[in-house]
This record gives sequence, C-alpha cells and structure tokens, in this order.
Amino acid sequence: MAEYVLETRNLGISFGGLKAAQDVNLKIKKNEIYGLIGPNGAGKTTVFNMLTGVYKPTTGTFLLDGEELKGFSQEKINHKGIARTFQNIRLFNNMTVVRNVMVGLHNLPEYKCSLMESLFRLPRHFEVERTMRERAKELLEIFGLIDVRNHLAYNLPYGKQRKLEIARALATGPKLLLLDEPAAGMNPQETAELMDTIRFVRDNFDMTILLIEHDMSLVTGICDNVTVLNFGTTLAEGSVEEALSNPDVIKAYLGD
Amino acid sequence: MASFMNKLSKIKWNHYVNYAAVAIVAIVFSAMTFAGGLPQSTLFLLEKTTMNIVLAVSLSLVVGFLGELSLGHAGFMCVGAYIGGKTACLLDGAIDGKGILSFIISLAVGALVAGVFGFIIGLPALRLKGDYLAIVTLAFGEIVKTVFENSSKESFGGPIGLRTPRFDKQYLFIIGFILVLLTMFIIQNLIRSKHGRAITAIRDNEIAARATGINVTKYKLVGFIISSSLAGVAGVFYSFANSTVKAAVFDYNYSIEILIMVVLGGMGNISGAIVSATVITYINTQLQTLLTGDLAVLKDIIYALILVVIIIYNNAPSLKFFREKYNMKALVSKIFKFVGKPSAGKDDESAWHRVPTKIEMNEILSTDLKVVESTLEPDKEDKG
Repeated sequence: MAEYVLETRNLGISFGGLKAAQDVNLKIKKNEIYGLIGPNGAGKTTVFNMLTGVYKPTTGTFLLDGEELKGFSQEKINHKGIARTFQNIRLFNNMTVVRNVMVGLHNLPEYKCSLMESLFRLPRHFEVERTMRERAKELLEIFGLIDVRNHLAYNLPYGKQRKLEIARALATGPKLLLLDEPAAGMNPQETAELMDTIRFVRDNFDMTILLIEHDMSLVTGICDNVTVLNFGTTLAEGSVEEALSNPDVIKAYLGD
Repeated sequence: MASFMNKLSKIKWNHYVNYAAVAIVAIVFSAMTFAGGLPQSTLFLLEKTTMNIVLAVSLSLVVGFLGELSLGHAGFMCVGAYIGGKTACLLDGAIDGKGILSFIISLAVGALVAGVFGFIIGLPALRLKGDYLAIVTLAFGEIVKTVFENSSKESFGGPIGLRTPRFDKQYLFIIGFILVLLTMFIIQNLIRSKHGRAITAIRDNEIAARATGINVTKYKLVGFIISSSLAGVAGVFYSFANSTVKAAVFDYNYSIEILIMVVLGGMGNISGAIVSATVITYINTQLQTLLTGDLAVLKDIIYALILVVIIIYNNAPSLKFFREKYNMKALVSKIFKFVGKPSAGKDDESAWHRVPTKIEMNEILSTDLKVVESTLEPDKEDKG
C-alpha cells in the first residue's frame, strides 16, 4: 500500500509552448477530500484531463496507489481506479437513469459477460443483467434517485443530474473520484446537500476525493487540504485555512 | 404449474411481438404458396422485402444505436453478393449448387468477408466523426462497386455481372424470412444486453463513455462488423434470388434507400425499420410498374419528397402538437386499450421493451456533437 492514493510528480503539460500546467505536485492520502482551487484558467481542469488520460502529460508523471498510470488510455485509467465527473454535465441523455448507472457497472469483473453469452441469451446474461440492475438500484437509493430511475437522464433537474453523474462515476468502482465543479450552478441549499453527499460517499465507499470548486463555502466546508493553482503553477498548498490566508492566494483572487 | 404460469407471466412478451409478427406473415405466405401458389411477382416482392428488412435492421445498428452515419451499406451487400455468389459457383461442381448446403456455406463465407470489410471500415470510424465518416463509407461503396465492375470475366464476370446458380424454388422467400428472424435475433439480443447499453452510451456521449471505462474502440468495431456481416448475408441472399449479380445495382442510391428505411422507421427502432422497409419496398415496386418510360425519373423525386417530409414532420417545432396527438404509439394504444393492462413491471426497465433511443437526424449529422474536449494536441514529451 502506497502512502498516497494519488501522487503527482512535477506533472505538467504545454500546448504549443504555452504551459497550461507545470510542476503540479499533489499528494492525496486515503479517505481525504482534497480541493484543487484557483482563478479561472488556472489549469485545474487540465490537471483533471491529464489524470484521466484525455491529455498525455508533457512532463512529470502521476501514480495511483504507487502504480504509474501516465500514458494509459482513458478507459484503462478508469479501469485502474480513477473516475471523474465533468464540469458541464455529460450524461447518456437518451437513456434512463438506471441504465446510466448500469453503463458505469459495465467493466466490473463480477458483471463480466461475453458478447456471445449475450447474443445467445445464455443464463449468465440474465444473471448479470439482474445483479447489475440490483446494484444500480442500490446506488440510486443512496443518491435519492430511486424514484426517478425510469426517467430519461435528460429530463432530470440539474441537481439530480449532478448526483447521477457522481453515482455513475462511483459505479465504476474507483479508488479516487475526481469531481469537476460539482456545485456549479447550485443554490446554497443544494450545495449543502451536495456536501453531505460527498461526505457520505467518502465514508461509505471508502473513497478518496479530489475536487475542483469555485464555491468557497463548499471548499472550506468539506476539504481537508487544498492546492491553489494560478497560471498553471502551484501558489499554495496545505490545509484550507493556511492556503486561503496565503498572501499570494489573496492576491491571485482579489488583485493587488 | 403455478410456478410455470408465474414464469410465463414474467416473460417480457413485448420483446417478442415483432418476432411473432414476422413469423405469422411468413407462415401466412407459405401457406398461400403451398395451397394455391402465389404469382411470380408476389414471390419476387417477398424476396425483395425480406432482403431489405435485413439491410435496414442491420444498418439501424450503426446509424440508430451506434450513432455513426454510414452511407456504404450497399457496398457491404455487394461484397456479400459477389463473394457468396462466387462461392456458390465454385461449389456448383462439387455439391449440388442449388442445394441448401451450398446456400449455407455461401452465406457463411459472404458474411465473413463482408464482416472483414466492416472491420476495415470501422477503423477510420474510430477517428472520423459525422459527415467525414459518411464520406468515407460512401467512397467505400463506390470503390467496391467499381472494383467488381472492372474485374476480369473469369473471376467476377466484369461488367456483364457474375452468373450465379439461381435458387429458383418457390420457397426462397421462406429462407428470406428465416434470415430476417436471424437478423432480428442478433441485433435485438445485442442491443438488449450490457453490450448494447455500451453501444448506446457511446452514441449518447462518447467522452463520458470513455471516462466511464467503456472500450469505445471495441464497441465501434463490434457495431460495424455485425452490421456489415448482416449486409453481406442480404447480399448472398440477393445472389441466390437472382441469376446474375451486377455491381451497378449496389450503387449509392441503394445505400441511401436503406438509410431512408432506417430514418423513416425511427432511429434506433427495430420494429419501425422492419415496417418502413416493407412499405418502401412495396411503394418502390409499385412505382416501378406505374411509372414507365420518361416518368421513371419521378420515382427518385417521390423518394426525396418522402424523406424531406419525414424529417420535417419529426423535427419541426411547429408540428409538435400534431406529432404528439397523432402518432403510432397513440394509435396502437387506442387499438389495444382493452388488451394491454397497465404494466406493473415498469419497474424493470432493463426490460428494454421501449428502447428510448430516438435521436434527431441533425444530431447524427452534426460533427460538433462528438467533438473532443479540445482539438489542441499536447506537445511531445520533453526528452531528457
């Protein structure tokens, strides 16, 4: 067991000479809720995209539970245990809520079922479908989506779509969950609810969470540690109070 | 006994409605054939209809469920027709060329080769989106056609076409219906499984599907291979229904015709594709007999008009009210009001009895739907 669930070493990427992120060193312990904050364009989402294999880092590397995952494809990284949600919600809109979650369960070994078994309707197919459905329903129950399980994902209200996205990410059985601005567009009450959900996920799923957030009430409310990015470089890191009282951080957010 | 009844009531009957409908039609027509014999034109129409249903259902896997626009379906069929026909010719000497055994072998060979071509076309599909893929598949169809047209006389008959041992039995259409059932079996079972769910997930949001760990490469290829092998099956059937296979038949217009069947039936609606394939084939043959001489040109115009009307009807916001009031579903529920009881089993929607996969035509055609987060490519890794 590695000391850190996620460790990035001098992670950096540049696009045509523009350094979108450089020397990002995150060290996230197990069961930690870690915040990644910074002004707009600081490179937060770029870091997420590197961690999930959308971009290949130009410099540095990152390790999940001591295993180097740099250069793996998005699918492979997900199988290894990093799941994410998106800043702009990306659900399978034309599918029902429960099926969205079942897609998340697709690659778990306990629901393995070959193409031939499905095509010829062997008993394994029915067993897998049934157990997948039950598991998906359990997850939806936890997220309070059980009543809308047969609605199309597209028709859900915004807050529930966010929750569904988290449920789908959790269904893939990750070790580390990346949440990209989970509270964006939510009212204070929904945000408070979301904070409870995130804590619940950490406690009940034995999860480590890395989140990007602009809503400081959420960050101060649930994050154990944060890293502040600005223009792709690390401004401060450490506990929330420490980092937010750092003069560089205040300058970056408020100007001189 | 009670447990058996219990089990029986648990079966999702509406999954099997379309199998039953096709089987009943097949049985009715076979009974008519054996009772009094059907006119040659009806038999020909039935053969054509079953062939088109196979094509439409298999194309709906790629267009409706995988969400890729393929305009080369007739090309895959062409491969199947030539390869299957040639196999039958070669088998002609060894075993009875018109026998069912030779048909099955040709079918397997034709489907296999068409499947290989599907794999080859599937590879660019991994990188190209929307309109660009449509152009590649379109080109593929034309290339295949041209290659077979210019083949040597000994190999594939060249411009005069490949002479195949025609299977001129009255009951060829029954084989056609069996192929339809086979196609439905494969496509529906695929779609109503976890693999089908992965395929529809890719269509709905490729980026999210990747992030959720779906192997996009695998499932795109699976979709293309299965779809093209079934088109190959239809091709082999064509070669057995006709004495000559001519490449000119499998032109661009035929691909479009199959696409119209899929669009008309509703994207991602298998039963719809079957109905529309039947209707279009019927209209097509009727128009062919009605419009002779110079009027024959009108056929294509009527086609185009149908397609335009359907797309407007399905998408125009001002027709929304009309659409909701008068649609097939409302009609069917009106007719079966007494038969159907409110389904308590709504709970288990994995049931897939209503595949909610209707997507708009413009979603498939637009490239930005699937545009990857950023087109920027990261710089090469620093060396040293």
